[in-house]
Formats: sequence, structure tokens, C-alpha cells
Amino acid sequence: MNGENSKMKTANALKVQDRDIVVPGELLCEGEGFVHGKNIYKKENKLFAGMLGMVRIEKDIVKIIPLSGKYMPKEEDRVIGKVIDVLMSGWRFEINSAYSAVLPLKEAGSDFIPKGADLTKYFDFDDYVVAQITNVTTQNLVDLTTRGPGLKKLRGGRVIQVNPTKVPRIIGKDASMVKLLKDSTGCDIQVGQNGLVWVSGDPEKEVIAINTIKKIEKEAHTQGLTENIDAFLKGGKK
Amino acid sequence: MKSAKYEKRFDGRDWEELRPMNAKVGIIPRADGSAMFQIGKTTAYAAVYGPRDLHPKFMQNPRTGILRCDYNMLPFSGHGERVRPGGSRRSKEINLVMQNALLPVLDLTDFPNTVVDIFVDLPQTDAGTRCAAITAASMALADAGLSMKGLVSAVAVGKVGDKIVVDLNYDEEAFEGGAADIPVAVIPSTGEITLLQLDGEVSKEDLMKALEYAKRAANKIHELQKKALKEKYHE
Amino acid sequence: MNEQKQHLLRALAKGVRYDGRALTEFRPLKVELDISRSAEGSTRVLLGETDLFVGVKLGIETPYPDTPEDGNFMVNAELRPMSNPEFEVGPPGNQAIELARVVDRGIREAHAIDTAKLCIKKGEKVWSVMVDVCTVNDDGNLLDASGIGAIIAIKNTFFPKLKEDNTVDYEEKTKNKLPLQKEPIPITVYKVGSYFIVDPLPVEEKLSDARLTAAITEEGIVCALQKGGESQLTTDDISKMLDISIDKAQEIRKKLKL
Repeated sequence: MNGENSKMKTANALKVQDRDIVVPGELLCEGEGFVHGKNIYKKENKLFAGMLGMVRIEKDIVKIIPLSGKYMPKEEDRVIGKVIDVLMSGWRFEINSAYSAVLPLKEAGSDFIPKGADLTKYFDFDDYVVAQITNVTTQNLVDLTTRGPGLKKLRGGRVIQVNPTKVPRIIGKDASMVKLLKDSTGCDIQVGQNGLVWVSGDPEKEVIAINTIKKIEKEAHTQGLTENIDAFLKGGKK
Repeated sequence: MKSAKYEKRFDGRDWEELRPMNAKVGIIPRADGSAMFQIGKTTAYAAVYGPRDLHPKFMQNPRTGILRCDYNMLPFSGHGERVRPGGSRRSKEINLVMQNALLPVLDLTDFPNTVVDIFVDLPQTDAGTRCAAITAASMALADAGLSMKGLVSAVAVGKVGDKIVVDLNYDEEAFEGGAADIPVAVIPSTGEITLLQLDGEVSKEDLMKALEYAKRAANKIHELQKKALKEKYHE
Repeated sequence: MNEQKQHLLRALAKGVRYDGRALTEFRPLKVELDISRSAEGSTRVLLGETDLFVGVKLGIETPYPDTPEDGNFMVNAELRPMSNPEFEVGPPGNQAIELARVVDRGIREAHAIDTAKLCIKKGEKVWSVMVDVCTVNDDGNLLDASGIGAIIAIKNTFFPKLKEDNTVDYEEKTKNKLPLQKEPIPITVYKVGSYFIVDPLPVEEKLSDARLTAAITEEGIVCALQKGGESQLTTDDISKMLDISIDKAQEIRKKLKL
């Protein structure tokens, strides 16, 4: 009885629905019945959107999923980076973020690199790598490693930039979307959490893969995405 | 203070009526966020880049990202002769007041040492340019996915002759019987004011009344901004 | 040669561009007129995702002493920081100045504008035609998009009213168009390895070796050239590139119904 009552209360206090797009400052709900996640702020007993995004409501939890924005480096993320500087003791990478990242010598691989070696022999300017973030300080100094399974220099291929907030959709549940892409185009594909995507394959198939990735990016917030993409790759319209 | 009678608006609008407006978000694919806002014959395009690396280093703030605005009338956008490109004293002041109009809603503390750049270009102008620039910029910032407590909506109100009016056009600014131009930026979700300037003479009483007009007008602009931001995701 | 360039060459060898186009295929071209009521003539050019404004202002100036009966003409280009994260605030850099001068030369050398008809009072007052290109989104090939935009904006420019004291009333536009004799169109051909492409994407521009911009009149005459890029061209290259330019210029002319 009591539970029913509080459910009613929460439903009435909600000003938005699940999957609504909201803008900054938009009123989400009134009353004390809700727990809120990031990108939402509270004033008196009201919750407001603190960012443009999509509302997700699960029971009494209200969240906003961002739809755009720069990549924020996070520990353990796999990113694609480009060498922009060769330092005394490592390399500096551009990682499609407000902050660059450093790969120290000792994290560069299994081979011992002697002091004073020509570091461009390992990673040269403009080379792309798949690396993992090992540390992010409060001032956003970022450290990388290329030691670990799947971490490596990317040879050949091309890199495109997508909205980092759409990366989870491009990868898909248990990497299902990226597998679908690889299987239907025969391309080798690496997706960095930072929104850089590396594609390498037959030139015509690369175009198909990249057009599909752009389509996923554009429709990431819609429902039935996997079916649409599957149909798109099979040559159907939509 | 005497003012001449202003019987009817030059373009036939009601005293509180805004000119026809149009807004669109996401128009500049290379930018991190972008928007276009048009009001009458004033058109502003805004692009946001960042947060990104800031140079020179001494400008960096270790506690927060900073905001930089660049307001620019394109050379063919002015009334009369060609406007020489490059910054003027006027545009530099506008850069500053724009920045201050937008900062109260923006939170860049997650991005220490970086900069968010806003570039606003106007291809055609008919008064109210700084307000159009702020309105477009605030949509572009939201489109860039930045943390904001609300949007900012701006409009010029003022006194033309003996009447308080909303959204003055060029002819009204130049009204021979005297005109006061009051650009105002409002955070519609709170009603607070983030830009306030005045050119001309007006009594305190009239000014307070004009501000109420500005808030009501800002709410209408705000509705259009919201619609434009949501439309990007409902095609 | 770096790996990214090798990868591009591998695609071009198969006749496939990075966006799936053929080597000498343009992206969709869209032109809007009168995007600025403040200008005497204006246009917006959309070439794929490349987007720019061209505005024409008319003013009155004294003529140059050696051409006392000819109007003045100038082109300025602003690579606006809004259009590309690499463009900076400040006075035009080398790239903007080259772009403006290439567009200028194509129009000037074709005698596109009948400058003799711009004389108001010999040796004292002539019309001056000021063309400004302002970029909105740089997705490659700003050169051709600017040149196409400039000629279309000029073609759709109307004189403002000339008052009795020979000053301008900008509030009143007349129905008289700027006198146009030719409509040159610039086409830039890029050489990447041993391949020739047109209308490049930014990544293709970056990886190219050399380029040749040729302004082409409706008769297929070349009226201005600019060789750019750091690599050399053979006369055989130039011959092939001009064939492409002449062909593409007429194709675009037809598309735009010039």
C-alpha cells in the first residue's frame, strides 16, 4: 500500500520521460523521491539537467547520458593515439582529448630499450598506436602503456574521428557491433575509447565500414540500431 | 528628459513582439559544437572548439578551463560600407561582455589548464548583434556537451521615443526622437541577468519595466533554443 | 614515405577515394543566393561538407592613376577559426592570402568584370568591387569552392543607388547588375603519387604532392594558373591536369547553369 503510494508520487513528480532529450537547465523532477547521477544538479527539491543529453530513468534513479563532448581520459581505457613528440624518456601522444598522453620507455614493449637509443625506430612521428591508460592525475596528466594483449603500433590503415560518447554503440554489447562490421566488410577495425577509429582493408570495403560507423554515430541514440545497421550492411535501405 | 512620440513601430510589430526567428544546431561539422541563430536580418553563426590545449602556458588556469569569445562581423555584413576585417575596440569589448554573459552558466572545472573557444561570425546584421551572438553561442556550448546549469537567451530591449520596445532593429536604434538601446542576456531557467548594457537615456522606472519585457522575450527565445537543440536528435 | 600515404595510394590505385568517389569526381555542390542583405551580392557555397560565404560590397573610390577610367576590384579571404581548428584568430596568413590571390587572378585576368563600365567620373570616382570569402566549415578544397562562390556572387551583385552628389545610398538597391563579360571557374587538380584527383578531402590535401589550379573560361581558355605544393610537375603532368580542369570546369558550369 505504502509502496504503491510512493510510486504514484514519483510518477507525478517526474517532468520528463525515459529517453527524452533534455537541454541544460531543464526541470527533470520535483520532490525528494529520486536519486540522481552525474550531469544533473539539485536546487531545493528539484532536479535539473546540467548538460544536453538523454534522460534514463530506472526505478528512482535519474541519469543523463551525454550525446556529445570531448573525451575525458580514464584509467584502463584503451585509446588510439598519434605520436606528436619524441621525448628524452618516451613519447608524447595526441589522444583526441584536451590533454595529451605520455608513453614512458619502460611501458613501450617487452624489448629493453637502451638509454640514448633512437626512439623513432620504435614509434615515429605520426605513427598510430593502440595503448592503454595507466594513470590520470588530478591535473589530467595521462600515462600510457603498450604492454599488454592487443596493444600495438597500427600499421597502414586510416583513422577517423567519431564522437567519443558514441563509442559504446560502435563497439556494441560484448563487441557485437564491431564484430558485425568486421565480418561483413573483412576490414581490420580498432575502436579507441577516445573516439578514434582505425580501419584497414580493401579500399571499397573500408568505405562501407566507415560509412556504417558514421551511420551508427548519427543514430546512436535511436532504438533498434543493431537491426538497422545489419540491414544497412546487407544492402537494404534504412 | 523629454521624448518624442513613437506611434507605431516602423516594421509594424507590437511593442513586445520579436522579429521572425530561426535557429539550427550542429551546422558546422568540424566544430565540437555549433549553432545558427537568426532574428530579423541579423544572423549569427557560432562554433565551439574545446576544451583544448591552451597556449601560451601562462594563460592556463590550474583550477579550471577558461572561456574565450571571438565576435566578428564579416566584412560584407554592415550597414553601408564594407567593414574592414580584424578586431576593433568595439569587437574586443563585445568579446569580453559575451564571455561574462556565458560564464555564469558554464562549469569548466573538470578541464583545468584548457580553453574553450567560441567563434561567432555574422554574415548579415540589423541591430541586436551581440545578443544574437550570445544566443547562438549558448546553443553551441550545449551542443558541445559542456556542463551548464542553463542556457542563456539574449535580446535588446529599449526605449524608442516614448515607448518601451523589444528587439530594436537598426531603424529604431537610429530613431530621431531619441532611442535607448539595452542589450540584456538572461538565464531563463532562473531569471537572472548576465549581460546588461545601455546606450541612451532612460528613467529607472522605465529601465525596470524594460527588464521585465526582456525576461519575457528571453523566454520566447529560450523555447526556440530548446527546440533547435532537440531537433538535432529528432530527424 | 609514411604509411598513411602508402595506404591512400593503395586506394587510389584501385580508383577509390577515401569517401568512395572516383578520382576525378566532385562532391555534391549546392549554392544559395542572397545570404546577406547587407551585401550587394552574396552566396553560400556547400561542396560536400565544405561550407563558405562570399559577399560583394560596392563602394566608391578614386581610380588608380594609370587606369583613370577603370573601376577597382579586390578579393580578400578570411580562413575563419570557426571553420577549422587549425585556423587562428588574427590577420590573414599565407594560406588565406594565396587563396585570395588565386581567386582574384582568375577573375581579373579573364576580364570577367567590365571595369570600364564602373567609371563614375574619369580620374576621380569609380566603383570599387570588394569580394570577401569567409569560410564556415573546411572539409577540403576551399580553393575551388571560393572561386566558384566568388563568380556566382559577382554575377548576382546589384548596384546600390548612386545619389546626386556621387555618394552611395546603401539602403536602396537598383535593378542594375554588375557588368559581367566572362565567368571563369577555377578547378584544382591534385597530384598524389602518380594519381590525379579533384575536390580533395582534408586528409587527401595533406598527403598530396602538388596541385595545379587553373581558371577556365566558358570557351575552355585557361586564364590563370597557380602551381602549389612542394613537389615538382612534369609538362606531361601539367597537360593531363589541364585536361581534367577544362573538363571539370564545363561540367560544373552545366550543373550551375552558368
